[in-house]
Amino acid sequence: MSAPPALDVRNLTKTYANGVQALKGVSLRVEPGDFFALLGPNGAGKSTLIGILSSLVNASGGEAEVFGRSIHRDRGGAMQLIGLVPQELNFNQFETPFDICVNQAGFYGIPRAVACGRAETYLRQLSLWEKKDVASRTLSGGMKRRLMIARAMMNEPRLLILDEPTAGVDIEIRRSMWKFVSEINRAGTTVILTTHYLEEAEQLCRNIAIIDKGSIIENTSMKRLLAKLDVETFVLDVAAMPAELPQVDGVRLTPVDAHTLEAEMSRTHDLNSLFAALSARGVTVTSMRNKANRLEELFVRLVEGNHGKAA
Amino acid sequence: MQTQANLVALGTIVRREIARILRIWGQTLLPPAITMTLYFFIFGNLIGSRIGEMHPGVSYIDFIVPGLIMMAVIQNAYGNISSSFFGSKFGRYVEEMLVSPMPSWVILTGYVAGAVVRGLMVGAIVLGVAMFFTQIRLHHVAVTLTTFLLTAVVFALAGFVNAVYAKKFDDIAIVPTFILTPLTYLGGVFYPVSSLAEPWHTISLANPIVYMVNAFRYGLLGVSDVNLYAAYAVMLATAAILAGFGLYLLRRGVGLRA
Repeated sequence: MSAPPALDVRNLTKTYANGVQALKGVSLRVEPGDFFALLGPNGAGKSTLIGILSSLVNASGGEAEVFGRSIHRDRGGAMQLIGLVPQELNFNQFETPFDICVNQAGFYGIPRAVACGRAETYLRQLSLWEKKDVASRTLSGGMKRRLMIARAMMNEPRLLILDEPTAGVDIEIRRSMWKFVSEINRAGTTVILTTHYLEEAEQLCRNIAIIDKGSIIENTSMKRLLAKLDVETFVLDVAAMPAELPQVDGVRLTPVDAHTLEAEMSRTHDLNSLFAALSARGVTVTSMRNKANRLEELFVRLVEGNHGKAA
Repeated sequence: MQTQANLVALGTIVRREIARILRIWGQTLLPPAITMTLYFFIFGNLIGSRIGEMHPGVSYIDFIVPGLIMMAVIQNAYGNISSSFFGSKFGRYVEEMLVSPMPSWVILTGYVAGAVVRGLMVGAIVLGVAMFFTQIRLHHVAVTLTTFLLTAVVFALAGFVNAVYAKKFDDIAIVPTFILTPLTYLGGVFYPVSSLAEPWHTISLANPIVYMVNAFRYGLLGVSDVNLYAAYAVMLATAAILAGFGLYLLRRGVGLRA
């Protein structure tokens, strides 16, 4: 018999009391050990889905299982396997990081002696040990985010759900957080990540689902999704703009300002012909970069396409 | 194994509640000590000395000691759970418990136990204050302890229901101000309800606090205006109804889960 998936969501629906249909029959499967991205614009239904999985939101219909345990029929068993890092700060700001972690373990039935050891391990790993005895309200924004990760690790979950954990965190702390989470994932913990920093999702995640208006509009591997991207746009900084732009087959050149050009071309198109044409016109390219993150381009295209369908 | 885990979870909530009570002792333990000292001094000592005996051999200050202890227990058990649980909702850290595998009854029991502990602490403080003004007697230990516990449990559960429905801090102040305080003052703390003329005597018997105060008074002084069995029936029935309702609210996630 094969191992059950880390997460198996089947036809999950949620309609709030005000009539808003947040989820319209979402189905999703996440394999054990995966690093899975759940992306979507604001209000797409990501947080509702995570809320249902972590039992903070009551589903209107459908089923979800965590490693084969139903969140409805075996809530305790399923919750034992989940660690949640929510979007909003949700710890007692008057308690110390150490107490917050140890208490969280206590809620999972973990004896205090074990909990104290784990609290030390995770607070050290997340560089919070020095702050273990201060009131958590005095921590910086980045520290508070890391504290929520340490807290979520206290029951050593098999499925870690991170709901926009790096929102508002500076790049250095964000990178240290991803390093920690990547190590946890390599050690076998399945990770589900929602984020608005799409380059992070591209770098970290192996599989992806995009949710929009309560429905999954894409669910595939990151590789397959990125392979769908057939065009990309480069931004060229030029010393001076020519009077007339050259015509290059397969490339659409658009001036942005006196020193910037945008070149949109097929991913398979070579850049040599573009540079040759620009050189022939006496245009000096001083630097070049991708206009947007590849995943971001696809994301925008998929969501806009879905909105077009809805309209 | 599950029982062991539930006990650890229960102990965690109780420990956290006690830590909170001690952390903000200036709000939780000091005010009842000051208020009750004033009650004993003004009503018991100054005015009480002119009133005479309420029952044969029971001076006015002796008469109000059980009532004032009950009043402190009622207010503090209620206030502890309503402010603590609502605070956890307001600060969203109630989610720490809701996402855990902990069953609803453990959450309810943990908070109620925390409130009972505060009732016990405050009751002990008021008892200590009372000892400066009169000699404390103990007529029936079992009745005293069970009445104390049942009263604290009943008002802790009531405070929990209030906190579940509360959407803002005002909502947890309204019930104590407009319902709890009048019921307590009219619950026989300062006078024997048997001295009331009809229909006020009969109306008073609809107030559950009358039964609690009188049962506790029986435990300490051996005098009561109500039948002891009726008092236990009222306390047990109220506790059972409120416990059932509190569990229903938690399981449905009323005011907690979307």
